[in-house]
Amino acid sequence: MYPNKVIRPCVAGLAIFGIAIADARADRPAELIRLVRQDCGSCHGLTLQGGLGPALTPAALRDRPPEALFVAILHGRTGTPMPPFRGILDETDARWIVAKLLAGFPQEAH
Amino acid sequence: MAHRMLALLCMMLFTLAVGATPPLRGSGDLGLVIERGSGSVRIVDTTRQLEIGRVTGLGDLSHASAVFSRDQRYAYVFGRDGGLSKIDLLAGTLVKRILQAGNAIGGAISQDGRLVVAQNYEPGGIKAFDAETLEQVADVPASYGSEGKRSKVVGLADLPGQRFAYALFDAGEIRVTDLSDPAQPKTAVYPAGKQPYDGLVTPDGRYYIAGLFGEDGLALLDTWQPQLGVRKILAGYGKGETPLPVYKMPHLRGWSIAGNRAYLPAIGHHEVLVVDTRSWQEVGRIAVKSQPVFVMARPDGREVWVNFAFPDNSWVQVIDTLSDTVVETLQPGKAVLHMEFTPRGEAIWISSRDDNTVTVYDTARHAPLKTLGVDSPSGVFFSARAARIGF
Repeated sequence: MYPNKVIRPCVAGLAIFGIAIADARADRPAELIRLVRQDCGSCHGLTLQGGLGPALTPAALRDRPPEALFVAILHGRTGTPMPPFRGILDETDARWIVAKLLAGFPQEAH
Repeated sequence: MAHRMLALLCMMLFTLAVGATPPLRGSGDLGLVIERGSGSVRIVDTTRQLEIGRVTGLGDLSHASAVFSRDQRYAYVFGRDGGLSKIDLLAGTLVKRILQAGNAIGGAISQDGRLVVAQNYEPGGIKAFDAETLEQVADVPASYGSEGKRSKVVGLADLPGQRFAYALFDAGEIRVTDLSDPAQPKTAVYPAGKQPYDGLVTPDGRYYIAGLFGEDGLALLDTWQPQLGVRKILAGYGKGETPLPVYKMPHLRGWSIAGNRAYLPAIGHHEVLVVDTRSWQEVGRIAVKSQPVFVMARPDGREVWVNFAFPDNSWVQVIDTLSDTVVETLQPGKAVLHMEFTPRGEAIWISSRDDNTVTVYDTARHAPLKTLGVDSPSGVFFSARAARIGF
């Protein structure tokens, strides 16, 4: 049964691939928390209390429309050192980050 | 019997007293590694290449730096949260900690070692403290304009004569404050250019250079002839090219002067810029892997080591200063944040934040000698800085 021999490994391969995709998405929040805390943190502070860049705490962002934050993350802010993160973050990532910032950004798991 | 008991007790007390005294040692080969996530520092011995102590409870060290007392016994650690901690390297203890501002970015120590000065974002300005007691002796706000706004201060560097040079990110100025009499600070102001992000002073204490984020070029002040004002150097270095997004500001502190040349990071470009320090004219550009963050000359000036901004921060490149070419590309670990040469440069310690390691490299062979486990390490600072202007 020649076809079966080919198909079985293919199905197994797809299943593994599928799991890999699911895992990558499942790990994404942890990656984003690390990125925001550590790399955004180099300007906004590890605690997000601000540095060269402004504070990103819920209190500091209270009057900022979420859409403006979303745009700032993906496209940067002209005239300031805030760089565009498109290419590193996609829209789903940016939306997730904005929601978490407004709610109080989670700590990294140690 | 009572006599014998007393003698025994005396002996026990003597043994205890002797046991509690750490063995005599020098402090010239000691250093600190900042653990940015846990608010602690490891004290290291750079001769034996090992950790000899740990001090905790230093607050938010996410952008921390350190300066050293001139006797190299004490380190002063400046934390992001405005904390200023005095650490006894020999005893391995925290001597004193104060909160001097809401948001700080680093500090410096005076020529005579008596004043420790912090540079602050919030409230913007510099503050000076007695190095012995950490009592505040001067507060110099970075006020600008007519509305009394205060600027974030960057690039603080010590100059001879109890003076300190620094730059105002929001005001686009270089300022030099003379703290010979801390009760009456005298500040001179020099327009510098758009958004200075950091600064350095040359090893002789003469030239202060501020890097500019808002324009292509750097601002140079000859502090021997300050009346000449600021001169732009490397103006328009990125002309004709689209600058890349900058995910991490370069650092200028810790001059990278090798012979008659200064090696400086180009902002938004994958280049190290080379300037002649006699004419301050550009003499070359070296293409490197990504955007440089630290560009550091080995103490003998023969090599310059460079690390890079996120997301290329797992790489380090070595430039040979005779040929001005990259001669080595290394991958010490994930998220390389800082590097520090031993006093005469036979080794360099490189911190890799995401691997929780500090790797010691032999600079002659560019090969790792040892790896130390450190919790989320960032800055590495050795006590030999005590004797160098601008460190």
